Amino acid sequence: MKIVNVTHGSFYALGAYAGASLTGAWLARGYPPALSYAVLLVAALGITLVFAPLIERGILRFMYAKDEAVILLITYALFLVLEDVIKLIWGVNPYFIAEPYALLGSFQVAGMAYPTYNLILIALAVIFGGGLAWLLNSTRVGKLLRAVIHDPEVSRAMGVNVGRYYLVTFTIGSLLAALAGSFTAPTVSVVPGLGVEIIVLSFAVVVIGGLGSLPGAALGAVIVGLVRSFSVHYLPSVELFVIYFVMAAVLAVRPRGLFSLEEPRKI
Amino acid sequence: MKRDRTPLFIALVFLFVISFGFLLPQWAMFIVTIAIARGLVALGLMLLLRAGLVSFGQALYYCLGAYAAGALGRFFGLSDIYVQMLAGGALAAGFAFVLGFLLARYRGIFFGLLSLALSMILYGLLVKNEALGSTDGFNILPSALFGTRPEAGWVRYAVMASAAVVALLAALLVHRYLNTPLGRLAPAIKDNEIRVEYMGASARRAVHVKYVIAAALAGIGGALAATTVGHIDPEMAYWTTSGEFIFITILAGTGSVVAPFLGAMIFGIIHTVAFDISPNTWQMSLGISLLLLIVFLPEGLWSLFSRLRWR
Repeated sequence: MKIVNVTHGSFYALGAYAGASLTGAWLARGYPPALSYAVLLVAALGITLVFAPLIERGILRFMYAKDEAVILLITYALFLVLEDVIKLIWGVNPYFIAEPYALLGSFQVAGMAYPTYNLILIALAVIFGGGLAWLLNSTRVGKLLRAVIHDPEVSRAMGVNVGRYYLVTFTIGSLLAALAGSFTAPTVSVVPGLGVEIIVLSFAVVVIGGLGSLPGAALGAVIVGLVRSFSVHYLPSVELFVIYFVMAAVLAVRPRGLFSLEEPRKI
Repeated sequence: MKRDRTPLFIALVFLFVISFGFLLPQWAMFIVTIAIARGLVALGLMLLLRAGLVSFGQALYYCLGAYAAGALGRFFGLSDIYVQMLAGGALAAGFAFVLGFLLARYRGIFFGLLSLALSMILYGLLVKNEALGSTDGFNILPSALFGTRPEAGWVRYAVMASAAVVALLAALLVHRYLNTPLGRLAPAIKDNEIRVEYMGASARRAVHVKYVIAAALAGIGGALAATTVGHIDPEMAYWTTSGEFIFITILAGTGSVVAPFLGAMIFGIIHTVAFDISPNTWQMSLGISLLLLIVFLPEGLWSLFSRLRWR
């Protein structure tokens, strides 16, 4: 959508909080823990359907005409607001829900124990990544969506309801962030400031991959993950900044990211 | 042509701060000094913003300046305010000169994100650096002035007055720079870079120069903040710090060199008041005021003044 969206970090945090508190309530009532995965899913879906349309319809849709950098600032402002909304709703104490994580136990590969929960995360990532690629490239809705992003005015002239497409896109994007948050919640303690850390990391991922490119984002995520793991293993002191170092290096060689699209310039 | 009254105005504000500043209570002096430090950073950001560039990593130079000032005290026992500010500005400008070769090639969102990445690299380095206090940072020696230590009650005033002197010089110099050919190139670069190149000017060089000036100002601001607060930590390089500076710059607008200082002062007041009323939701007040500003006053607070003048 040509929006660099800082609010994305808030949706990650919102998803994590919603997942943690809803699953916590679910387990406290003594319902079967095996269904807690469905609860995580529902939590993410619910929280997104409350906040995403509100933000898109209420604020963002009036801003699309503005400069990219200004939109970045607007989402930054929204991010600040949402950070405090989260604190108001859930307080500042950490939330723990380890059950969905501990329930599955772990398995052995070559003498090393891996938590089975991570397999679920991987499966989810593949399902949603693949689903998104299919949606964008092979369905009528996806193709229309790309047309809308490419040129909203012509799309509107062709009879496409541009506003609705913006709303749907923003909601789906936010949903993905919330899902990521809610399914990460069992592996971490959910504390304020969750969104701050994740958002700059995801920027690094998409910038390495190339803004607006799905394969780019996937490759960027793999690069970031691997680089981080290797640095933790071999050179722990550089772990915090090695990702940004990679990002700077990629941008120095390919100024618009690895999978960037050609863009015409105004003369 | 209308006579340029800005230098006169700047001088008057300066004299006012110097001559009546000592009447302020200590906490107010602190707020004014920090506002001047932030105003210096915002002044640099304003230069870049005029060329259409939003740096989401100005905290890099702010933090460099602060650590330069801190290191002087820690390793050489120097704590003279002017030496600290000089060192902060020089270190930041040096780094910006080198990094500028890379950054001056980027525009729009990529400029912002790349500068963000650079500031996060510094943050990561500082957090892991035990010699510089890791995440806790370290304390800074009490400020000195020309080799003497002002009496306890006068330290804040001395720092504030020195800050005002530097701000005066910076504002006047930047004001002059804005009227040089290189300075006037900024809005042109924002509008249409290719036409700038056709005219025979180098947009890249102009951006590079602006970037170095902005960094030097941020470095001075950082050193000033360090000596005022008396403590520095890596949080100064975190991206949320950069966000605050951008907030100030947008708040102020790009209309005049006075605007960033005014913006910083108002930011300080909003910050203090909001924090006082509800410590857990001051971010929300900041966010909402930023949104309202972008919607209703896209040219910043300064546009209120210039609109009045046109009528």
